[in-house]
Amino acid sequence: MDTATLATDLLDLTLADALEALKAKKISATELTEAYITAMEGGRALNAYTTETPDKAREMAKASDARLAKGEAGLLEGIPLGIKELFCTEGVETNAGSKILKGFVPPYESTVTQNLWDAGAVMLGKLNMDEFAMGSSNETSAFGPVANPWRAQGSNGTFTPGGSSGGSASAVAGLMCLGATGSDTGGSIRQPAAFTGTVGIKPTYGRCSRFGMVAFASSLDQAGPITRTVKDSALMLQAMCGHDEKDSTSLTAEVPNFAASCGKSIKGMKIGIPKEYRMDGMPAEIETLWSQGIAWLKDAGAEIVDVSLPHTKYALPCYYIIAPAEASSNLARYDGMRFGYRAEGKTLAEVYQNTRSEGFGEEVKRRVMIGTYVLSAGYYDAYYLRALKVRRRIAQDFDEVFKSVDALLTPSTPSAAFQLGERSADPISMYLNDIFTVTGNLAGLPGISVPAGLDAQGLPLGLQVLGRALDEETVFAVGSALERAAGFAAKPEKWW
Amino acid sequence: MNTTAEKSNLITGNTGEWEVVIGLEVHAQVASNAKLFSGAPVGFGAGPNENVSFIDAGMPGMLPVINKFCVEQAVRTGLGLNAQIHTRSTFDRKNYFYPDLPQGYQISQFKNPIVGEGEIEVEREDGSSFKVGIERLHLEQDAGKSIHDMDPNATYVDLNRSGVALMEIVSRPDMRSALDAAAFVKKLRTIVRYLGTCDGDMEKGNMRADVNVSVRKPGGPLGTRCEIKNVNSMSYIVKAIEYEARRQIEILEDGGQIDQETRLFNVASGETRTMRSKEDAHDYRYFPDPDLLPLELEQAWIEEIRKTLPELPDAKKARLMADYGLSAYDAGVLVTKGARADYFEAAAKGRDAKLIANWTINDLLGRLAKEGHDIDDSPISAERLAGMVALIEDGTISSKIAKEVFEHLWASENTAAEIVEKHGLKQVTDTGAIEKAVDEVMAANPDKVEQAKAKPQLAGWFVGQVMKATGGKANPKAVNDIIQKKLGV
Repeated sequence: MDTATLATDLLDLTLADALEALKAKKISATELTEAYITAMEGGRALNAYTTETPDKAREMAKASDARLAKGEAGLLEGIPLGIKELFCTEGVETNAGSKILKGFVPPYESTVTQNLWDAGAVMLGKLNMDEFAMGSSNETSAFGPVANPWRAQGSNGTFTPGGSSGGSASAVAGLMCLGATGSDTGGSIRQPAAFTGTVGIKPTYGRCSRFGMVAFASSLDQAGPITRTVKDSALMLQAMCGHDEKDSTSLTAEVPNFAASCGKSIKGMKIGIPKEYRMDGMPAEIETLWSQGIAWLKDAGAEIVDVSLPHTKYALPCYYIIAPAEASSNLARYDGMRFGYRAEGKTLAEVYQNTRSEGFGEEVKRRVMIGTYVLSAGYYDAYYLRALKVRRRIAQDFDEVFKSVDALLTPSTPSAAFQLGERSADPISMYLNDIFTVTGNLAGLPGISVPAGLDAQGLPLGLQVLGRALDEETVFAVGSALERAAGFAAKPEKWW
Repeated sequence: MNTTAEKSNLITGNTGEWEVVIGLEVHAQVASNAKLFSGAPVGFGAGPNENVSFIDAGMPGMLPVINKFCVEQAVRTGLGLNAQIHTRSTFDRKNYFYPDLPQGYQISQFKNPIVGEGEIEVEREDGSSFKVGIERLHLEQDAGKSIHDMDPNATYVDLNRSGVALMEIVSRPDMRSALDAAAFVKKLRTIVRYLGTCDGDMEKGNMRADVNVSVRKPGGPLGTRCEIKNVNSMSYIVKAIEYEARRQIEILEDGGQIDQETRLFNVASGETRTMRSKEDAHDYRYFPDPDLLPLELEQAWIEEIRKTLPELPDAKKARLMADYGLSAYDAGVLVTKGARADYFEAAAKGRDAKLIANWTINDLLGRLAKEGHDIDDSPISAERLAGMVALIEDGTISSKIAKEVFEHLWASENTAAEIVEKHGLKQVTDTGAIEKAVDEVMAANPDKVEQAKAKPQLAGWFVGQVMKATGGKANPKAVNDIIQKKLGV
């Protein structure tokens, strides 16, 4: 076998396969890491990585090999990963996709990434994202949009990998890492996973610590992995999550063995199909995919139940009040006083205005203004308070249906990936991307997107499984049943 | 509650009498070694920005975690104010931009404070007292400090205070004079000091007050109020209120109206001036802090804290009056500081309590105050003061001699007995010696003897002469008896 073939073979291993091969000493962490460094460096056309840390990767891989030799392998020993730009990494720039944080090097490590390093994972670099995770196409990044490795058949057009974890999804789909961290506030893990033929899970709110994660909307933000398979996601999430006393909203619940749920029979499980998710004007392909998913689960022995989540139609407006409200406050610290971008001005007010006008992009400014508005005296009750009430109703809808079903099946997105630039002028059509995913954030529930097929243009489509709070096990079980049935084996043709 | 001021509190203007209505928001720094949400150390005198964690500096991704001890201190304070403790409270963000506010918001409790309604009894100088309702007490974090006078072109920011726990104690508008307002703050300070929940040091800014002042015709509807921000001494509170009340009365009597606004007290001029008008008031966009869960307290924990409460000033005062027979005034003075009462009780053990109280209050506290000290750094221990009072009680020294002994106690470390011995201050009760002295005085003043025989009230002159001759050491009663016997009056 020549080295080129070997490297390609290495890249073809899933995270689970690689773990086994490493443990069996068939491959070394160093070899694996070198293969990914080469892939990362060769994939710059995708603009997935904003910072590459090959030296750090080599050093970490070497340490992994030493631990593997001593039989002290951690949960993710020697696995090369990419890290979304909003996870603070000590000594490595963390810019959250924003000009205002360009060049910011945190002197501390986020809990999620620390957990990954403690499990033996190797850091390849930082991944591009929509600015402050506000966006569904990665086009709001101050560091340029990320390209989806997938292209429509017979087209040279560049498609979005989705957002905000666009860099993460692109890097995983483009075989430039074995897995990537993402964060999901309204669908920012699941939508990019669906657009790139990858798997992404947003766990229950509070499973992963938010400490050291640049905040967008604190009550909705949740970290999760994007990987190639459901089992890979289970393995990676296992290492990422767990109670953290540095985050007051972190859950104290035990973390079960997620990987053990993958492949488990779903016979006799009740799967709810929420009728409100059947939307007017939804493309026929999405309908077909959903029906196909229902059939797969039925074949696997699950019982399909029609359910209703009556407040679904309010979810998107509710989300676009709560998330910007929290963001307007969370982003107040970017004022040019202590770190990050600073513009000069004659007065204090001018320094603030110039810094924030120049440092933030248009979408971020739009949301800061919406958020400021809905929290203002005289508007608070009509918008923010009402949105909180609607949020409670949405959560109650889920509580109600989960009395009779074990999980819900929905499409992940209302369409396949679109071309860069296609929707960036129309924020509303962009916001509609989150229509099936925001409910999970508002209710704090776990949700996974699993690749389930291709659309007529040959672009991937995903199905979403939503579960009860803290019941990622069922989500993984149903997700892996879909994965098995779908047998999704398509790969993007390498053009970069 | 006293809704109308006593007559003496009314202010006379050109159109008649006015009543001033005062409510206070007192910011008391929680006595704690660590900040409210960051665990960073709290300390006066650290170098600039030395006590600052990444959380206090508002770094990206940093999250607040509540300091349980600060919560306990707030509960303890609430209990000390006879207030309702809320088993569920929440934290809100108060949003505004300022360089010494790193997060761009202050975490406070706007909607659901940890402590609700309470009431305290406040004593006036004249011994009368009045009640003040407590509306609420809530926990919040302090901002940093902007220093504008170190450089003509720059403002320096010190974040040491950023994130320090404060209790904001809000009173009902129950005060009707500047002195009452100061008395309320004094009482509050006494209570938090007893509880150990705030050191009450106004000079260091560890306790400061926002004062709400309005005026009205006695019994009339409440007037528009102005808030005077950040007043940091008792005398400034009095001056600020007096000035502000006069200002408002003048405006109203000239046919004007009061604009609701925030004002600042200028220490140098003794005046208040506009800081910002209602139109310019910040819209703080309060909303629940999504980084913090509601604070839920178990009733059992609250009860445990209640059990550890010290005896509070009102209870202590009542006990000193009952157990030691002290006057309300004396007991009141002694309980203004726990250490004073402790001193008194230590000294009074087995002694004449009234005498101990007099010496403690009049002589010791008076002298300490003159030298700018309090009981904590008294050069005379309770034991040494008690030793001196014992000598008065058994007649070894007179009260007059005791004044001299007291001076020696202050200046040396000797006991009263040693001082009396060393300086020969023992009272002379030996009648032979006294008789001899009386005889000598009478022999030298035969004319006075004749006069005194006719006019017995002149006998006092002989007492004075004998005391002088004996250097004040003669027992005055014995001297008096002998003189009267010799004069035959």
